[in-house]
Amino acid sequence: MNRIICYNNRIFATKAGSNVYRLRIPWRPFSNDAAPLLSSQKAGNPEKGSEAKQYDIAIVGGGMVGLALACSLASRPLTRHLNVAIIDSNPALGRKLFIKKEDLPDPRVSTITPATISFFKDIGAWQFVEQHRHAYFDKMQVWDYTGLSYAKYNARDADKEVLGCVVENKVLLSSLLSRVQETDLPKKIYPSRLNSMSILPNSSSSEVDSTLSMTALFTHGRLAKLELEDGNSLYAKLVVGADGGKSRVRELAGFRTTGWNYSQNAIICTVEHDVENHCAWQRFLPSGPLALLPIGDKFSNIVWTMSPKESSEFKSITEDNFMKAVNHALDYGYGPHPTPSILGSSDLFSWLKGGISKSANDCFEIPPKVVKLTSERMAFPLSLRHANDYVSKRIALIGDAAHTVHPLAGQGVNLGFGDASTLSSVISEGIAVGTDIGEVSLLKKYEADRKPANVMMMAVLDGFQKAYSVDFGPLNILRAAAFHGAHHISPLKKSIISYASGEMRLPLFA
Amino acid sequence: MASSMFLAQRRWFRSLPRNLSNARFFSALPSQHPVSVSGPQNNVAPKSNKFEKASSAPSSLKEPELAKFSAIADSWWDSEGPFKPLHKMNPTRLAFLRSTLCRHFRKDPLSARPFEGLRFIDVGCGGGILSEPLARMGATVSGIDAIEKNIKIARLHANLDPTTSTIEYCCTTAEKLVEEQRKFDAVIALEVIEHVADAAEFCKSLSALTAHEGATVVSTINRSMRSYATAIVAAEYLLQWLPKGTHQWSSFLTPEELTMILKRAGVDVKEMAGFVYNPLTGRWSLSDDISVNFIAYGTKEK
Repeated sequence: MNRIICYNNRIFATKAGSNVYRLRIPWRPFSNDAAPLLSSQKAGNPEKGSEAKQYDIAIVGGGMVGLALACSLASRPLTRHLNVAIIDSNPALGRKLFIKKEDLPDPRVSTITPATISFFKDIGAWQFVEQHRHAYFDKMQVWDYTGLSYAKYNARDADKEVLGCVVENKVLLSSLLSRVQETDLPKKIYPSRLNSMSILPNSSSSEVDSTLSMTALFTHGRLAKLELEDGNSLYAKLVVGADGGKSRVRELAGFRTTGWNYSQNAIICTVEHDVENHCAWQRFLPSGPLALLPIGDKFSNIVWTMSPKESSEFKSITEDNFMKAVNHALDYGYGPHPTPSILGSSDLFSWLKGGISKSANDCFEIPPKVVKLTSERMAFPLSLRHANDYVSKRIALIGDAAHTVHPLAGQGVNLGFGDASTLSSVISEGIAVGTDIGEVSLLKKYEADRKPANVMMMAVLDGFQKAYSVDFGPLNILRAAAFHGAHHISPLKKSIISYASGEMRLPLFA
Repeated sequence: MASSMFLAQRRWFRSLPRNLSNARFFSALPSQHPVSVSGPQNNVAPKSNKFEKASSAPSSLKEPELAKFSAIADSWWDSEGPFKPLHKMNPTRLAFLRSTLCRHFRKDPLSARPFEGLRFIDVGCGGGILSEPLARMGATVSGIDAIEKNIKIARLHANLDPTTSTIEYCCTTAEKLVEEQRKFDAVIALEVIEHVADAAEFCKSLSALTAHEGATVVSTINRSMRSYATAIVAAEYLLQWLPKGTHQWSSFLTPEELTMILKRAGVDVKEMAGFVYNPLTGRWSLSDDISVNFIAYGTKEK
């Protein structure tokens, strides 16, 4: 092999250089840490602040979606050696979270779909969720205040075990954190916030810089530079914005968003029943949907959407009055119980031979009564926001940073987990063929995969929200007919369940 | 997962005996084929050509082809520039290389750097768009190109990343390296053979550079009606992906011809795959359709 050496002096020099590098880090598949090591050796040429480190990926935001990305990278053979920095000021990330079994359920919960459950199993985080409180549900009842219609979904309509699982966000977060800490993924957590981010355009026209210092790589557009509020700075080949609806990465990257506020607030809280609840309930009221989700034992979670004025009212009334209001809204409040006979039961669809779903004859049920309020009531404004771009050179947005949806079907965080899964798979494909992981042509594959799926789900949810925010006779009948169809027609029901489970992309065109 | 993707691709590769059984290249060759295979008259012209130019190394390259590429060399790394089609096709070519060469060298396809310790040569490396990913996959890469400007650009670009700065770039020809008795574990010449004057001589050089039990990989464009329609009419005239005159249809080789001239050069073609472009997704993928772009992997016969 060393016949190369007498070939050309310059080649000899690079070869010798490469051997030095190989000896230093003989096994590391990714050379990023080579640069800091080499440059720190060069006396008199330290990096500014001398603290700057180089990473393959900097994940800004160590929330559920950001940590899911880290776990997913750690679980793939081609990405498990990537150097990852996680930037989040949440102090909980620095240590293990301890969740006591006897703690009352936190009102911040997520309804995760079967697709998300299998993603968690793939990345090895589900075992940690199972150690804590979580509630599977296999039935769901949706009805509206007009009393014209209701729909009951049963997991067995789609030949599934469960429709979903309700888990507290803190359980999801601590499970992902436990998993990422257990893996060999080279990672470092920066307990700070992102201050500034700079990425220069590609340039290769300037002189050859044999030192390959991080600053040189940065000026050639090969690295992004991040400066944190605590004065630390770091370089990364790829910056992932997983920093939520008010994403700083999105703002610094200059990505525009499209969206609107719903002028609706959601009140969330935890309640207790006399009996265990295994069904997810959702009733569409004139001001917005009210959802009652099982969260394990005799507890349920409430997500009640209403106008901001009503929400401040419902937040300040006494606990007893609030419970009365909830029980009223889930029973005879705002309108009668729906009866199957109003639109002429299932024979309306009898022309659909054999298409009647198994649960079509399930009767309308009244949800279990709320007997105790076990948490404070929290109110959040609702909005829809979608980033026009998810990626640009060395930047990718995932989760709420890319899209914030109406929480009405609990799909928000599931879309984020879908993003994390796809992005890590695209990065793995890129590494398989030797691509620079910050290259926009690679990142575009992630955008092309996720954007249509996310936009579709946002449109479906927004449509639902709009359809139920109007109280108008003919529309109510139409809505009732749609409900009836959804309740009685088996293939339709099956595809609604599959779509909501995160398994199908385009329910209408599939 | 990426690994399963590569495993799944196996079924696309056309096994060669099946492919050869319906070939009719023996009859097609002597009359139509413009690139000399063994015909003595054809060999004269290019040879005299390259000896005339005293300064340049003996080469199977065509002078006008060199001028053509020299003119657009600056834009090698502009993924939206004249080399956009190559950039788009690159991941697909690399997927084929990764999967066949991992099998050939019995390397772990789940490793991020499976080619660690292997010497690869990228013949006709241009600006280095194939050499750099190969180096990231762990190979010790040499890139050669007959155009000095390409080598300069490749060198500058590779120096920007510690993983690719180890690539040895040199402005030379395959023939010259044969004279120097250089050997490589894998000799890779992608989208090059259609630009050389003497494909048979070129293949002999590739074979001579291949080490014992090494691999040779060649990709090019088929000389078919569809390739005329897509590679020339569509790519150069309608879509203007490539500068007009980039390719001369008559100098394309059919898969059968390529297989035969490689065989004569001592390389036994084991697998062949096609690249197909999906205009809806804008992506290339591997396929068993070798009617336009195709890639062949062979091993050196003992």
